Amino acid sequence: MTWSLSLPVLSLNSHPVLHDIALTLRRGELVAICGPNGAGKTTLLRALAGLLPGTPPRDPRRVAYLAQGARCAWALTVGQVAALGRIPHRDAADAPVTHALQSCGILPLRDRRVDRISGGEARRAMLARAFATEPDLFLLDEPTADLDPATAQAIMRLLRSTAEAGRTAVVVQHAVDLAIRYAHRIIVLQSGHIAADLPARDALPALAAAFGLPFGVDPEPRLLSRDDCDLSP
Amino acid sequence: MSDGGHGDGVAWVPPPVAAPGRFAVCGDKKTRSVLCLLGVLVLILLVVSLLIGDGILALPDRLILLQIRLPRTLLAALVGAGLGLSGAVLQGALRNPLADPGLLGITGTAGLGAAVVFYWGLAAHFAPALPLGGLAGAAVGATFLLAFAGRAPSGPSLILAGIAVSALSASLLALALSLAPNPFALAEITFWLLGGLNDRSLIHVALAAPPILLGVAILLRLGPGLDALSLGEETAASLGVPVGRTLVLAATGTALAAGAGAAVAGGIGFVGLVVPHLLRPLLGQRPSALLPASLLAGAALLLAADLLVRVAPLVLPLSQPLPLGVLTALLGAPFVVVIARRAPLP
Repeated sequence: MTWSLSLPVLSLNSHPVLHDIALTLRRGELVAICGPNGAGKTTLLRALAGLLPGTPPRDPRRVAYLAQGARCAWALTVGQVAALGRIPHRDAADAPVTHALQSCGILPLRDRRVDRISGGEARRAMLARAFATEPDLFLLDEPTADLDPATAQAIMRLLRSTAEAGRTAVVVQHAVDLAIRYAHRIIVLQSGHIAADLPARDALPALAAAFGLPFGVDPEPRLLSRDDCDLSP
Repeated sequence: MSDGGHGDGVAWVPPPVAAPGRFAVCGDKKTRSVLCLLGVLVLILLVVSLLIGDGILALPDRLILLQIRLPRTLLAALVGAGLGLSGAVLQGALRNPLADPGLLGITGTAGLGAAVVFYWGLAAHFAPALPLGGLAGAAVGATFLLAFAGRAPSGPSLILAGIAVSALSASLLALALSLAPNPFALAEITFWLLGGLNDRSLIHVALAAPPILLGVAILLRLGPGLDALSLGEETAASLGVPVGRTLVLAATGTALAAGAGAAVAGGIGFVGLVVPHLLRPLLGQRPSALLPASLLAGAALLLAADLLVRVAPLVLPLSQPLPLGVLTALLGAPFVVVIARRAPLP
C-alpha cells in the first residue's frame, strides 16, 4: 500500500509555498521531513493530510494527523483525549484506546486530567489520540518537540516499530540526530522543494548542505546522541 | 547501545486479539445519574412554580393556573433550557470558557425587534406583536450574522461577526430610545429589555416553543464535533469533522434557541455562561458530556430564578417585582469573576 502526493505548485494566500513536490510513501517506512525553518515542512504535512485546498482529501479513518504543538482547549482526561481518535470511526470502542494508551506508555494516567500532568505526558496523550484511530498513515508534526532526550527517543522507537508492523509514519523532525537514527528515509526540504529524498544513513551530507552546518565533521557542537558515538575501546 | 534500556514505559505492544468490546465512555454512569437528578429537580421546580404565585403559596383556581402560571412556568423552562444548551455549545465550539449566547448578537437584535414594536405602539392593537417583533429581530440578526461570518467560518470570524451584529443592534436600539415618541414608550422599552416572564400568555409559549425546540434539536446533535474541536479546528478537520458547517449549525441553533427566548423574555444574561461552568466540576470538561445536562440545568436555573423573583417581595420591601434579567445578572456577575480567576485561560 502506498500513499502519493504530486503538487506542481501549492500556494497559500496567493504566495507559493511548495513547488515540484512528487513523493510516494511506502508501507513499513518511517519517513522524517527535515529542513530549515520556513522550508515548508508543516505545509507539506498538511498537504499529505489533505487539509489544504487543492490537495487530495484523505479518509480520516486511515490517516491520523498530529498538529505542531497540539493542545486541548479543555481539561479532558488522558483517556478522553485518546478516545477522540475514535471520532472518525463513530464508535466508542475501548480496546483501541486502551491499546493506544499502553503503546504510548500512559495507561496508568488514563483518568488524570491533561492539565495536571507533565508536558511530555500531555504530548504522549496527543500521540495516543492518533494511535487510537488505528490509521494506516501517521502524519506527525514535531512529535518529539520539547521532550527530554529519553522520551523523544522512546517515541521515535515506537514510531519506527509501528511502521515496521505494517503502517506508514511521517514525522517533521527538527532533531537531525533522531531522524538519522530512527527514520528509514529522510526528505530534506529547502525553500519549498524537495532538496533530497534518501535512505536515512546516506542523508547526512544533504542535511549538512541544507542547514549550512558541518554535521558529522566537527566533534563540537555535539549534535549526535550519546548512543551514536562508539565509546567502546 | 541498548535501545530498550530507558525504562520509560513506551513500547510497542501488539494489539490484543479479539478484545472484549466494552462500549463505555468515561464517566458515563456518572453523567446518567447527574442527568436523572437534574430531571427530577426540573420536575420539582415545575410543580413548585405552578403552586407559587406572587408571594402566595396556595392552590390557585383553574383560570390563574392555565392563564398565568402555566405560561410563565413553561416559558421559564423553555427559555432557560435554550440558554443553558446554547451556552454549552458555544463555549465548546469557540473553545472559550467565557462564551455566552449573547456573544453572537442575536439576543440583542431580538430586543431591538421588540423595541421597534414598543416604538410604534403596535402591541396596543395586537397583543402578539411584541413576541413576533422579537422573533423577527432574532431572524434578521441571524441572517446578518451568517452573512457576515461567511459559508465556512472559523471561530474568530464567527465571534467578529457576532460583535458586528451586537454593535449594530446596540446602536439602533440607542437610536430607538433617543427618538422614543413619549416617556412611556421609553420606560416600556427599558423595562422590557431587563427581561422577565410576568404577564406572558400561552400565545407566547406557542410562538417561542417551536423555534426553541428546533434550536435544541440542532444543538444536541453537535456533541462529537465539539469534542473534536477541543483539539483545534485543524485537528478537528483531520478527524473528518466539517468545522465550518459545525460552527454555522452552532450559530443557527443558538439563534433559534436563545434568540426565540430573548424574543419572549427579554434580555436574560449569564444563564448560558454560568450553567456549563456549574456542571464541569460534576461531569468533567468534555463538551459533548455537558450538552443534555446544560439543557436541564438551564431550565432548572431559570425556573428557580423566576421563583425567587416571585418570592422576593415577601422578604424585601419592593414596590415593583424584581426584573428576572436583573436577578440573573446580579447573581451571575460575581460568578464570572470567579470563573475568570479559576479557569486556566488559553
